[in-house]
Amino acid sequence: MPERRAVVASKVGLHARPAALFAKAAADQPVEVTVAVPGVDGGPDRGPVAASSILGLMTLGAKHGEEVVLAAEGEGAEAALDSLAELIAQAADA
Amino acid sequence: MNDLHGIGVASGRVSGPVAAMPPPIGEPAEDGQLEEGPDRDRAVALLESSSSAVGAELSARAVAAREAGRDDAAEVLEATAMMALDATLLGEAKTRIGQGSRPERAVWEAAGQVAEQLSSLGGYMAERVRDVQDVRDRLVAELTGRPAPGIPVREDPFVLVARDLAPADTATLDPSKVAALVTEQGGPTSHTAILARALGLPAVVAVAGATDLVDGTWVLVDGAQGTVVIDPTEEQRGTAAAAQAPTSLAVAGGTSDGHRVGLYANVGDPSGIEEAVAAGAEGVGLFRTEFCFLDRAEAPSVDEQVAAYERVFAAFGGHRVVVRTLDAGADKPLPFVTSDDEPNPALGVRGLRTAQRSPQVLQDQLTAIARAAAGSDAEVWVMAPMVATAEEASAFAEQAHGAGLPTAGVMVEVPSAALTADLVLAACDFASIGTNDLAQYTMAADRQLGVLATLNDPWQPALLRLIAMTAEAGTRTGRAVGVCGEAAADPLLACVLVGLGVTSLSMTPRALPAVGAALAELTLACCAELAEAAVSSESPAAARESVASILNRSP
Repeated sequence: MPERRAVVASKVGLHARPAALFAKAAADQPVEVTVAVPGVDGGPDRGPVAASSILGLMTLGAKHGEEVVLAAEGEGAEAALDSLAELIAQAADA
Repeated sequence: MNDLHGIGVASGRVSGPVAAMPPPIGEPAEDGQLEEGPDRDRAVALLESSSSAVGAELSARAVAAREAGRDDAAEVLEATAMMALDATLLGEAKTRIGQGSRPERAVWEAAGQVAEQLSSLGGYMAERVRDVQDVRDRLVAELTGRPAPGIPVREDPFVLVARDLAPADTATLDPSKVAALVTEQGGPTSHTAILARALGLPAVVAVAGATDLVDGTWVLVDGAQGTVVIDPTEEQRGTAAAAQAPTSLAVAGGTSDGHRVGLYANVGDPSGIEEAVAAGAEGVGLFRTEFCFLDRAEAPSVDEQVAAYERVFAAFGGHRVVVRTLDAGADKPLPFVTSDDEPNPALGVRGLRTAQRSPQVLQDQLTAIARAAAGSDAEVWVMAPMVATAEEASAFAEQAHGAGLPTAGVMVEVPSAALTADLVLAACDFASIGTNDLAQYTMAADRQLGVLATLNDPWQPALLRLIAMTAEAGTRTGRAVGVCGEAAADPLLACVLVGLGVTSLSMTPRALPAVGAALAELTLACCAELAEAAVSSESPAAARESVASILNRSP
């Protein structure tokens, strides 16, 4: 399954406002995208959750500087992953 | 039915029909398993239509908030609308329906699971639990055909009666529709009380039996006396109307024998200036600067701050404006200065203490205040919140003076600062007493807890004695000592504070006319007599009573 890795740029992590913006963008994609946080040092992975779910993203608790894995399948998956990975890597705090 | 009594927290007399907050949505029962087949399908369909309805309602309110220029409220509403339509939440709920749960029970449990996960993350995520619970309650109300939780909607102004009000409720409170607030819980410095004073709404809290009032019952709310009169006479309604009269400070602040007392406004953000000017404030006694910093991941730039401060200074050219530096921490966390893992935030790194961790934030703020002050003819003073020692006061004053701000003082909110007020005042230029925090730290009582309301009553003799100590130290050292807590907005207590030696009072603009009028009726000696009686009373109720009896004795 196509994947992208991106580091969370938002200083406050993927919480309320950044999560809302990201979930909105994910809902606009033609494919279902999932987000997971890979386990560190053999720890368990967190997720995956639906990228379009604000609550899913919030419970993931991805922090500033953490790497997340985006995955999607089907037509348009590559482009969707590119644009969402870019969004994660940009600070959405303003 | 007898009249009800509570603690008056925002003065004013007004009458109107009761509209009760809908009762909180309780946990739906676990019983009543749905049979496999059409029952469960119908439950899923009902869940989906309810989710759409709640999502649409919240989105519509978000649009309305956005159009009204209330961007912060709009953002919260947009996020909660998304939660009501959220695939994770609905998916969890559908799984439970698939196991036979009724839809309201399924939503309750699914939301509970999300809330638990958020709680376990701590910090900011944990604060979002309330939003999830709000969405859960709205969905359960919609599913069970009950009124949506929140402020009732009525054609005409009403007296809002509630067990207590949550910040989420008050964000949507329309002061043109709500004439007064009556709550069964809450204390003098609770969120409800502060909101009522900020909106200029008469309010009585901690009223036993308030939630037994029936919708539509006519009541007279007296926020000064702390009473709720049920079915008032025509005559009483008339005096209520008349009592709303003055809207602006009639004369310069002072006692009847000419002792001057600065009567200033508390301003929370530049949009509050107009109200302060309209109320005739002689200046700004507490300019809170958090508005510049909230909802941001990083501190605002110096230029951005200069622009915000200039607006306030320009409105009060020739008058005093006391700027309080950033007061983050406790109930106002900010990612760039506060930590989210403190076990006891009210006693943690907050106020001036955050400057140790992030010195540049304070330095930039002082630079911005000095620059904005240089371009205006307002008399700009600056003060630091949450100062505990003379050493801290001295370091802050030195830093402020170095930034080009000649008058630098401190907030007295921690009992240690009041106990060493002579040393603190020797180390800086003035003090301003924040009675809300000083009360909670003196009485070791969380100001948000309704059950501890009496301990946080600003008439507590212990609090008044600490104010007296601070004011005496001010008199001895020739330094100004103001009160900028909500105690200053209570007309009777304001007279007591002046009697204790306080030199200025700063309050919500709407309280200025009443406080100014009360003060102008008394001599300084009379205020001192009231103060003496209040500090030697054994309880807040006794203090009020003895002050009232002195006033009744000498008209």
